Amino acid sequence: MTQSLKLKQLTKTYQGVTALSDISFNVAPGERVALLGHNGAGKSTMMKIILGLIGYDSGEIEVMGAAAGSASARAATAYLPENVAFHPALTGLEQLRYYLSLRGENPDKAGALLARVGLEGAAKRRIGTYSKGMRQRVGLAQTLIGKPKLLVLDEPTSGLDPVSRRDFYELLDGLAADGASILLSSHALTEVEARTDRILILSKGRMVATGSLPELRAAAALPVTLHIIPRKGGEAMVQAALPEAIVGLDHMTITCAQTAKLAILRRITALGDHVADLEVLPPSLEDIYSHFSRRDGQ
Amino acid sequence: MNRILATARSEFSIAFRNRWVSISIVMMVLFSLVLSAAGSAPSGELGVDRLSVTVASLTSLAVYLVPLVALLMSFDAVAGEVERGTLPLLLTYPVTRAEVLLGKLLAHLTVLALAISAGYGAAAIAAFMVDPAAVQGLAALWRLMWSSLFLGATFLGTGYAISALARRPSGAAGLAIGLWLVLIVLYDLGLLAAVVADNGGVFTTDVFPYALLANPADAFRLFNLAASQATSAAAGVAGAANTLPLWQSLVSVLVWPVVALALAIAAFRKVTP
Repeated sequence: MTQSLKLKQLTKTYQGVTALSDISFNVAPGERVALLGHNGAGKSTMMKIILGLIGYDSGEIEVMGAAAGSASARAATAYLPENVAFHPALTGLEQLRYYLSLRGENPDKAGALLARVGLEGAAKRRIGTYSKGMRQRVGLAQTLIGKPKLLVLDEPTSGLDPVSRRDFYELLDGLAADGASILLSSHALTEVEARTDRILILSKGRMVATGSLPELRAAAALPVTLHIIPRKGGEAMVQAALPEAIVGLDHMTITCAQTAKLAILRRITALGDHVADLEVLPPSLEDIYSHFSRRDGQ
Repeated sequence: MNRILATARSEFSIAFRNRWVSISIVMMVLFSLVLSAAGSAPSGELGVDRLSVTVASLTSLAVYLVPLVALLMSFDAVAGEVERGTLPLLLTYPVTRAEVLLGKLLAHLTVLALAISAGYGAAAIAAFMVDPAAVQGLAALWRLMWSSLFLGATFLGTGYAISALARRPSGAAGLAIGLWLVLIVLYDLGLLAAVVADNGGVFTTDVFPYALLANPADAFRLFNLAASQATSAAAGVAGAANTLPLWQSLVSVLVWPVVALALAIAAFRKVTP
């Protein structure tokens, strides 16, 4: 078994509407994969199929070498649902003790798990009194039970503040380093930047792009923007050397293809002291994401 | 087994926090004491001990109260998890749906056992205080206790099945109350009307006894009254208790919980989280 997760031509329809169409991909041990898509793109549906919570129409799926939802697959998989919920009458500690017991682990580890997500102070309070961010942390804590080999996280960072978000990704890095595969979904590419090895973009149930961020950037071939700030008195020189530049209030802008970027940069550097500053703006992550998720029919 | 026990522990904490433990105990104690006080008058003339009379009264009480408490505790079991959104996560754990239901059943049965012990115990103490001969009724009391738990298990299982079928707590609550009305109140009324209309015909002799056995609440009543020496102290379907052998009502009392739980598990398996 070399792959933690294997999907092959997976297709799922809900009452005639195609939720997922012909999805194929693998996730290797230690790999962090981000699943991106609009609301309704099929992210949650795919995750529920991987977890064996719902069935599928055709295709193949293998989780840790076993059928999705089988006892051995469930024993090796941890899940964090979108908007995770718990019984409000239980305390955080009781809830985690329960989950630990279900996985055959010592329930006394609950306190340490809550401390790992920064909830030790609220462990003995009822979950009904928790904020959304705190519930999300309880949800994260339960995914850490018993060294899972595959983590399926549905919008794991929603409700977390930026600092907790960074802590969370650090936690994931550690898990991945230990060999756990991670599949997480998000609708913001900015959020998963540099924190995942591979990105899958779903649009209307179809996989429209897959690859690392640099690969997606290259495949999108979106134009690069250059901001040139001329030195006082040098505006005319710069403008003459770069006739394609659009003149703004305090800088000039050139938009060019990736491939033309270096040639233009050479012309700019040739201007020497006439240029005060230069900024190269690659296409933003949101630009890349919109490019792929919109290409499909919109 | 550990997973069932862990589920039971968690469910018991929830039942405790939701006041179900205290509500059911207070309800059972209160009704038991009121009944034993109200039923005190005729005992001397019947020549049976006070506790046996109390057990006969408690049987009538249990037929109403135990199913009601059981349904109230169980209607939320699956539908509540669906509505709160806690079910998908739970079902990704290495626990089967049958184990989840068995855990809930164990917790709810424990609550029922506490309430029944407290209620019947209070009534028994009251009986002992006025009649030293009440020792004779202990066997009947013990039988009432464990058969009440079986009755409770039947309606807990039925409640889980309703909860899984309805998928919404409000719908499940309505169905549970409706089922209680039909099985506990209307069923007997309907049978009574049929017996009267039949006027001693085939229905009364051949169908009626089995119709009683088919209803878990009636079977429970038959079992306790037939086994008790105080049959004469009870009214209602007691007459029929003599026409059926004890083992038949016993089988009904023992089999219904299994059937109800099997139905509940089958219904729960159909729930898509």
